[in-house]
Amino acid sequence: MPSPSLVTRDLTVRFGGHVAVDQVSCAFTPGELTAIVGPNGAGKTTYFNLISGQIRATSGRVELMGRDITRLPVAARTEAGLGRAFQLTNLFPRLTVLENVRLVVQARERRGFNLWTMAMGHRDLIAEAQAVLERVRLTHLADQTVSALSHGDQRKLEVAAMIALKPRVFMFDEPTAGMSVEEAPVILDLIAMIKSDPEATVLLVEHKMDVIRSLADRIIVLHNGALVADGKPAEVMASDVVQEAYLGKELSDV
Amino acid sequence: MNRLLSGDSPKSIVLSVLLVAILIALAFAPFLFPGSRSLETAARICIFIVLVASYDLLLGYGGIVSFAHTMFFGIGAYGVAITIDRLGTGYGALTLGALIGLAVSGVIALLIALLSLRVRAIFFAMITLAIASAVAVLVSQLSGFTGGEDGMNIRIPRELTPANRLGEVMGTRITGKTLNYYLVFGGSLLLFLLMLRIVNSPFGRVLQAIRENAFRAEAIGYRVVYYRALATCLSAMVAALAGSLFAIWLRYVGPATTLGMEIMLDILLMVVIGGMGTMYGAVVGTAIFVLAQNYLKELMGGLSEATASVPVLPELLSPDRWLLWLGVLFILSVYFFPTGIVGRLRGTR
Ligand SMILES: Nc1ncnc2c1ncn2[C@@H]1O[C@H](COP(=O)(O)OP(=O)(O)O)[C@@H](O)[C@H]1O
Ligand SMILES: [Mg+2]
Repeated sequence: MPSPSLVTRDLTVRFGGHVAVDQVSCAFTPGELTAIVGPNGAGKTTYFNLISGQIRATSGRVELMGRDITRLPVAARTEAGLGRAFQLTNLFPRLTVLENVRLVVQARERRGFNLWTMAMGHRDLIAEAQAVLERVRLTHLADQTVSALSHGDQRKLEVAAMIALKPRVFMFDEPTAGMSVEEAPVILDLIAMIKSDPEATVLLVEHKMDVIRSLADRIIVLHNGALVADGKPAEVMASDVVQEAYLGKELSDV
Repeated sequence: MNRLLSGDSPKSIVLSVLLVAILIALAFAPFLFPGSRSLETAARICIFIVLVASYDLLLGYGGIVSFAHTMFFGIGAYGVAITIDRLGTGYGALTLGALIGLAVSGVIALLIALLSLRVRAIFFAMITLAIASAVAVLVSQLSGFTGGEDGMNIRIPRELTPANRLGEVMGTRITGKTLNYYLVFGGSLLLFLLMLRIVNSPFGRVLQAIRENAFRAEAIGYRVVYYRALATCLSAMVAALAGSLFAIWLRYVGPATTLGMEIMLDILLMVVIGGMGTMYGAVVGTAIFVLAQNYLKELMGGLSEATASVPVLPELLSPDRWLLWLGVLFILSVYFFPTGIVGRLRGTR
């Protein structure tokens, strides 16, 4: 068993009196895809925000590759190896598809403070961005402005950005939300491809049961901010407590 | 050519023609438009192109609103004036003064940036407003040091003054003033190309990304505060150099010519008219605005006389109303070219 890449210890955040994430302790290992489930408002997105740094924890710790990152700003966590795709589409809307990916590669290669060369002169960054677009089949849209893309293509571009970032830990927050039945499988294939890398740790917030069944090695369940179940998909899904109290309709829906 | 422009070609024939025309007009201004008034206008255009472009670097590329830009311009100008006042006339003192202005501007910009950019962009705008006002008061109070409201005359080396007669070329008298103009022109051109380089560098791309979506830029690994801080410093330092050039050209510096809020407003108008986030917008916007500022009065005087027989019109066109017409021009330009003249000519958005 490889050692965990990401660990949260008693991770907690309070908004006023409301405890949105409640002492969640959990370890995630490379080569493993963990599905995070729970009803709306359970605290899944907030848990992600605590890990990637958009929200500061009230108490508890986050460790990445054994290093305490609880107090680091967002960008420093990204540099340390966290990659996050957001629940609501989050891109540079007026830049081109290629530039969106190129900026990610440029960030990863730490060339952002280069003042004196031409951005277009960094052919290697462009070539890599193009290669990523090729992999997700967005090459034909490379020169389009992002805001002109369909919702499905925008979500695909977010996954492309994650691939370009090459993080140690991938965090996907409902990547297929709002996508058509035809578009969703493409995203899931990409996530499966990411998962096939034994070095990659993948966290996936997802509601659709068939998706979880086909992709997840493990499921954790959040309810009212607390971690209430953790185990192999079959076990967790079979557990009565989880079925009735916490997942209710959402899991059996599909 | 492509390298000189940092790969950022004007991308529109009309714009290219316009830019080349402005470049030629400025490059040969002493010969094309003899007379001290037109040379003053040309020099002012050169310097304000740099000032406005450096503001565009901040506002148009970085998405940062600052009201302290004229303060940095003033620091550059006063740097030269005070150093020459203390050390005496000479190229050494002149250069040292410009370097002092550059350094002081950079440090103050860094302090402002690190103090306020962490919080919120609006906080930055407020801080710059407060500091710029404080500095303006300080300058008029410390009259022993800065000359107060009267400002200071600057004794630049004689070679750069009209007293230095060098002969005639093509019927135009060449004096130190002509040399001084070419110092201004050359310095401005260099600074403009430098900024063009910066906005097209990987750093410039990050600034645009931050302006588009700072949250996203941070999430993919760019430390937004540091990028904004560096942009603030660069912009302030270029403004300071423009100020130094201005001081050398005018041989005078005073609160009204460098620090005033009206100048800050003019800069904003020039950026918006030309087109934010384009660099070339600074060239077009400045040229049009400064020309209007300097010649609209005459034009209106002429029109007013020509229409003397028509009722109401001469009243409306009276030269005293030039500011009103400048306002009308501004509103029309923003209405018809919301992305600025350059944005319109490039046909983007
Ligand atoms: N910044 C915030 N301020 C106050 N309350 C918040 C904030 N972010 C999330 N919450 C609350 O925390 C709870 C968990 O939300 P969220 O993490 O988005 O749930 P999920 O992603 O599981 O649907 C919700 O009750 C939400 O209203
Ligand atoms: Mg959520």
